[in-house]
Amino acid sequence: MTSYSTNEFKSGLKLLVDGEPCSILENEFVKPGKGQAFNRVKFRNLLNGRVWERTFKSGESLEGADVLELDMEYLYEDGEFWYFMKVDGSYEQLAADAGAISEAKNWLKPQEAYQVVLWNEKPISVIPPNFIELEVTQTDPGLKGDTAQGGSKPATLSSGAVVKVPLFVNQGDVLRVDTRNGEYQNRVTR
Amino acid sequence: MPDWRPTAKPESLRLRADVLARIRQFFAERNVLEVETPLLAPATVTDQHIDSIPADVEIKGSPQTFYLQTSPEYAMKRLLAAGSGACYQICKSFRQSDAGARHNPEFTMLEWYRPDFSLEELMDEVEQLLREFLPQATVPRLTYRELFQRHLGIDPHQTELETLRRLTHENLPVDPTKLDATDCLQLLLGQTIEPQLPKYCFIHDYPAAQAALARIEPDPEGEPVARRFELFGHGMELANGYDEETSAAKLRDRFERDRQKRAHLGRPVPEIDEKLLEALEHGLPPCTGVAFGIDRLLMALSAAESIAEVLTFPIDRI
Repeated sequence: MTSYSTNEFKSGLKLLVDGEPCSILENEFVKPGKGQAFNRVKFRNLLNGRVWERTFKSGESLEGADVLELDMEYLYEDGEFWYFMKVDGSYEQLAADAGAISEAKNWLKPQEAYQVVLWNEKPISVIPPNFIELEVTQTDPGLKGDTAQGGSKPATLSSGAVVKVPLFVNQGDVLRVDTRNGEYQNRVTR
Repeated sequence: MPDWRPTAKPESLRLRADVLARIRQFFAERNVLEVETPLLAPATVTDQHIDSIPADVEIKGSPQTFYLQTSPEYAMKRLLAAGSGACYQICKSFRQSDAGARHNPEFTMLEWYRPDFSLEELMDEVEQLLREFLPQATVPRLTYRELFQRHLGIDPHQTELETLRRLTHENLPVDPTKLDATDCLQLLLGQTIEPQLPKYCFIHDYPAAQAALARIEPDPEGEPVARRFELFGHGMELANGYDEETSAAKLRDRFERDRQKRAHLGRPVPEIDEKLLEALEHGLPPCTGVAFGIDRLLMALSAAESIAEVLTFPIDRI
């Protein structure tokens, strides 16, 4: 495995910190005029999303993490695993467990493309597209004539997510939703 | 698209020009001579943590390795030994280092020497210079010991390595087993104490292990300390001053120790600057000297977040 010295650190570099794969967010060089130089580094732990900070002596090396980000198509779930397929023509399938799926579980739709982060060839996280179109499977009936302003109500989408929608939205409508904050964007006309 | 534009705004260029003009006026009023010394020299600092940038120069047909000077200190001390009297220089200095929010491999240094000034008198003068730009600035003077006692409850001159490592680990996310006592003290000072310092202050009487070229003398409590100060401002080191060690033999010892440490670490080992030591043998008058980072001063005066804001073209924009 390649190792990286502090002078090769840059944001986005994937490294093993305490045995866990992390991605560098920030790397600050600190050095007294007379004295040892250090790098103060902020990481995102790719397994749990937590942000870590570490200080290293400049010149120290860390092992690179064999992390790959792949665009994959979501297929189905079997109650224990969620299955994704490579879109490089190999049709190879990989199974992601609940830990890897995490929040992305709310935004799954078959045939949609997701970014799957692999560590040592195993999925460790799944990143949905920023916007996704999903059908409303359940919501209170829409109010006629109310097409613009006014309150909101909960709606359950085909993925299982519950989002706040305007009152005019009906069961069977397809909505565009921002997966980063779960906010309704607009109704998709078909 | 390569970005050819400067990173400094026009007002930052004007501030620099104004600051440089006022520094020259400040020293002219005090009869301190402006001097210029070479930036290229065949020898360079041996300091364990300062790496020089080499430059190949062809002289009479044969290539020779020179070093871009990390500060004008050695050449200016040769001038002092030759009888220049009080002198100052504003020049570029070069250090092999990562660029960062506070670092650029080439930077502007103001360095001056005061024969017969005590370290306290030199701090007075640094304070007067700072007041040229910040008339209201108050600059308390704190000893290294006082700061560690106040913020961490230890005497930095008397604390065992194990305790220092434990304290460093408690305060910072770092693997302490790789740190020596000086690393621990510098990390604690830079990362834990520095954010709590007054806006401007002097720290003086450093641990003897951090003497560099400063004299080591007993402090009022009898502890041998380095007669050295640093001016801190806006959470940065702005200036570093010494009561200069004038003994050639003592400096040779320190240079040799630096070289051994560098060899041990597998770092380049520069030759000792014999001309500097010869000048000291001849006689360096008792003096104090200080190096003031002009880019950092400009950062403090303009509340800049990054050194790039005060440089025309930082290293990644040249």
